[in-house]
Amino acid sequence: MYIISRHLFVVLILAFSAAAAPGVRAQDIPPLSDRVVDTAGILPADVKSRLIVKLAAFEAKSSDQIVVATIETTGEWTIEHYANLMFRRWELGQAEENNGVLLLVSVNDRKLRIEVGYGLEGVLTDALSKLIINETIVPEFRAGDFPGGIQKGVNDIIAVLEGDSAGLMDRAERYKDRRDPTDYFAWGFFALFFLFFAGTVVFSILARIFGKKLGPGRYEWLGVEVSTSGSGSSSSGSSGWSSGSSGGFSGGGGSSGGGGASGGW
Amino acid sequence: MTVATDALKPVRPGLLIAMFVSLVTLSGCGINAIPTYEEQAKAAWSQVLNQYQRRADLIPNLIETVKGYAAHEKDVLTSVVDARAKATSVQIPADVLTDPKAFETFQQHQAALTSALTRLLAVSEAYPDLKSNQNFLALQSQLEGTENRIAVARRDYIEAVRLYNTELKTFPGRWWASWFYTDAKPMQSFTIDAEKRDVPKVDFGKDD
Repeated sequence: MYIISRHLFVVLILAFSAAAAPGVRAQDIPPLSDRVVDTAGILPADVKSRLIVKLAAFEAKSSDQIVVATIETTGEWTIEHYANLMFRRWELGQAEENNGVLLLVSVNDRKLRIEVGYGLEGVLTDALSKLIINETIVPEFRAGDFPGGIQKGVNDIIAVLEGDSAGLMDRAERYKDRRDPTDYFAWGFFALFFLFFAGTVVFSILARIFGKKLGPGRYEWLGVEVSTSGSGSSSSGSSGWSSGSSGGFSGGGGSSGGGGASGGW
Repeated sequence: MTVATDALKPVRPGLLIAMFVSLVTLSGCGINAIPTYEEQAKAAWSQVLNQYQRRADLIPNLIETVKGYAAHEKDVLTSVVDARAKATSVQIPADVLTDPKAFETFQQHQAALTSALTRLLAVSEAYPDLKSNQNFLALQSQLEGTENRIAVARRDYIEAVRLYNTELKTFPGRWWASWFYTDAKPMQSFTIDAEKRDVPKVDFGKDD
C-alpha cells in the first residue's frame, strides 16, 4: 500500500510538472556550454576558440555578454520566437543591466537573428542590427563562408557597442560597484536565521550541562524547563544547497524583450 | 528560579522549531500569490501597451517617407492613418483587463492597425526607390522589431494571466480569494492568433 501510494505520488508529480511547462521542451534548446555554442558544427575549432577569447575579453571590459549560437533548425518556431526563448533560457547579460546579445544562426532554415537584451536596445538598435545582418553577415553567408560571416558580424556588434563608449564605461562601472560591496543584509539575515534554528538546540544542550536535573531528560536552566528526551532524534541531515555548476560559462541573469533584427540568406 | 516548575509546560525545542518553520512557510502557502500574480500580470499588460504605443509612434514618420515615393497609394496610406487614429484615440478604460468587451475592442483596433500596416509594407515592395531609401529601411527594421516586441510582450502577458487566473480558480488560491481578495476577478487574455481569427468566440456562461 505504501509503495503504491509513493509511486502514485511520483507519477502525479511528473504529470503536474509536464502540465506546467509552457509548451517549450527543454531538449529543443541546447545548453549554454560556452560563449560559442556551435550545435550545427559550422565553425572550425580555431575560429571558435578565437571568438571565445575575444568575447570573454569584451565581457571583462564592458560586462556585456555576447554569445554566438548555431543550430540546425528552429523547428516549428520562427527564428524570432526561438531566439527569444534561447536568450531567456540562457539569461544572457548581467541581471540588472540586461546587456546580452545573441547571434543565432539557423543553418538549414537559412535564417539568422541578432537578439538584443533590454539594456542594449538603445545602442544596438533594430536598424543597426539589421544593417549588420544585411551588409556584413549575409554576403559572407551567401558566399558560403560561415566562419567569416560570423566573425565579421561579431566584430561589428562589438564595434557598435564600443562606439557608445560613455555608456559602455557606465555599465562596466555600475557592474563593478554592485559586485564589490558585501551584502550585510544577507549576512545579518543568515545569522538571525541560524540563531533561531540552532538557538533552541544549543539551549537544550547547555541546559543539560549547566541546568538542574529534574528528572530523566528534563532539565531546568535560567528559569526555563527543557525536555531534551524528544529532541534527540530531531536532527535532520545536512541538506546544504548546491552552488551552481562550477567552472565554464553561464548567463548573468539578463533578459530580452525581443529587440534586434532577423534576416535570411 | 524555582517558580512553579510544574505549571510551566516543558519547552520542547522541536515545538519551537515547528512554530518558526510554520511561520516562515505560511507566507509560502499562497496567501500572497494572488496579489503577486495580479501585479505581474498588470506589469506585463503595461509592457504590451508600451509596445503598441511604440508602434503607433513610428507610423507618422513611415507615412511621410512612403508618401514621398508612392503618393498615389492613397487608399493604403489613409487606411493606416485611420487605423492608427482609431487605435490611439480610443480611451482605454481602467478595467479593460477584466472587462471582456473593452478588451475585445482594444484587440480589434490593434489588429486593424496591424493588417493596414502589413498592406502598406506589401505595397511598398513595388517601389524600388522607396525600398532602397535608407530612412525607409531603418523605419522598416524598427517596425519589424516593434512587431516582434509586441509578440513577446503578448506572450509574456498571456503567461502572466494564465498564472493569475489559474491561481484564482484552483485550491488554495480559490479559498484565499474568497476570504481576502473578494474583488479579484479573472483577467482577459489574448487568443494566440487574434488577427487571423474570424469566428466569434462563444461564451458558454460563467460558472458562479
